[in-house]
Amino acid sequence: MQQTNVLEYLEGTAARLPDRTAFVGEGEAMTFSQVRRAARAIGSALARRGLEREPVAVFMPKRPQAVAAFLGCVYAGCHYVPLDEEMPCRRVGLILESLGARVMICDGTTAPLARELDFPGEIASYEDLAAEPEEGSLLERVRDRQLDTDPVYVVFTSGSTGTPKGVAACHRSVIDYIENLSDVLGFGRRTRFANQAPLYFDACLKELYPTLKFGAVTYFVPRRLFMAPVRLVEYLNENRINTICWAASALGMISALGTFQRVKPWYLSTVAFGGEVFPVRQFRLWREALPRTDFFNLYGPTEATGMCCWYKADRDFGPDETIPIGRPFRNTDILLLDEGDRPAAPGQTGEICVRGASLALGYYRDFAGTDRVFVQNPLNDRYPERIYHTGDLARRNERGELVFAGRKDQQIKHMGHRVELGEIEAGAAALETVRAACCLYDERRGRIVLYYAGDAGPAEVVGALQKRLPDYMLPNLVKRLERLPQTASGKADRAALGRMYEQADK
Amino acid sequence: MDELLKILHSLHPEVDFTAREALVDDRVLKSFDIVSIVSEIYEVFGVAVPAEEIVPENFNSAKALYALIQRLEDE
Repeated sequence: MQQTNVLEYLEGTAARLPDRTAFVGEGEAMTFSQVRRAARAIGSALARRGLEREPVAVFMPKRPQAVAAFLGCVYAGCHYVPLDEEMPCRRVGLILESLGARVMICDGTTAPLARELDFPGEIASYEDLAAEPEEGSLLERVRDRQLDTDPVYVVFTSGSTGTPKGVAACHRSVIDYIENLSDVLGFGRRTRFANQAPLYFDACLKELYPTLKFGAVTYFVPRRLFMAPVRLVEYLNENRINTICWAASALGMISALGTFQRVKPWYLSTVAFGGEVFPVRQFRLWREALPRTDFFNLYGPTEATGMCCWYKADRDFGPDETIPIGRPFRNTDILLLDEGDRPAAPGQTGEICVRGASLALGYYRDFAGTDRVFVQNPLNDRYPERIYHTGDLARRNERGELVFAGRKDQQIKHMGHRVELGEIEAGAAALETVRAACCLYDERRGRIVLYYAGDAGPAEVVGALQKRLPDYMLPNLVKRLERLPQTASGKADRAALGRMYEQADK
Repeated sequence: MDELLKILHSLHPEVDFTAREALVDDRVLKSFDIVSIVSEIYEVFGVAVPAEEIVPENFNSAKALYALIQRLEDE
């Protein structure tokens, strides 16, 4: 029978390999049967509260129990919304407001933070929920009503208007992604993952669900190791990690700091990078250090559930070349459309538009926003067919491979995270003492630069932004000007600021 | 020391680097900052920080970082 629910991954493996370790955190781990037991208890507890097909916020640090909480929400027929202690309070508040969740699951670490949030619903403790009795018949009734078009999760990404956007993805799109990603990267029961991405993005799907599907294992790398590259690689070696799917910036940090001169991650057989363009110089250092390892470049927007394109990087690249994003996964199609919604001419740049079962459901409680980018395929006038406009540009090279070519708008990729420069500008402009603000991205050095005009000092501006924005969105350089240069239409003149920035740099 | 403080201040104008003792543990400095700091130290002091010295203990305060630079300069 065809799989229609992500929980079938867990159930199949927990029956086959109950005592095998599934997830490992710092000083704690859970086996597949422990994950199943906790998730079913939490699912029963939520279902008894009468929750179904509604959001449940999971506000927990990155640890094995957080995964059990996610799956518990799915057992109840609900969708999980991961929140993180590293998000600023204001952002968590905005997200909770736009969700309208009735329950938030916390653990001992996050409960005190949760109580400061003015959350109108129930703040439930993970430990209490996981200790509630499992009710098999109740869970079965929920399962009978669940469809593969029901949402599994909602994750929040940067929104250009200053409010984060929730993207909801369903069982069908998650399964489609996991099956095809696993095929391409060759995951199996011997796969040992080290997870780098936070749990509040779709990036962590790459480890969580293949672990459940195959009976593999995922190690949650302690965050502070990313500040100590030699220790980080030693950690990978101690735990015989053979597969990592990390943000290009995390990989680049290891190679750029000269780590391979001291130690190499010997067990790695598969390295996938994505989230942003991996500089060829760093890629070469990796390939030299690990000549027998398979490297993959992955590309995909959250709105198409994880990744949707892949490229096996098995050749050398010149310093001016970009590593291609390759081609779509099976059962996904990429259209390159020009400004007039026609197919881009061969060799020409066009907007990447995605077609297929991998499309997410859309933006949470934002039908108008959804309709702007999830639209009828303009090349099809015969029947309804939805495609997603990514806003990313690409062209095909002479080998027919897709090559990423930037953005249509002011969205950037910084440290593997998607950032709307507009959201930073809106955050700065919210200060009464800031008259105008404009952000640039220095791609070469990977720096977000904020220019503003107003009475506020730079420290005040950064302080205010810290309350609203996650760390990865904070500008790396803040400059005050008497006034911002303007274009003829009265908007901030980015090009002029760009020139000013280049000049100052010299 | 002033040159080092200048480097740090340009990354985080809101932080008083003379007063902080746990820059890494308090997540003031991120891994991204470390890469910038290491490359700025190379440019300004002409000192290459070897990978094994890139640990929180050496980056938790301006003082510790300065001591590291001096130690590397002497070597």
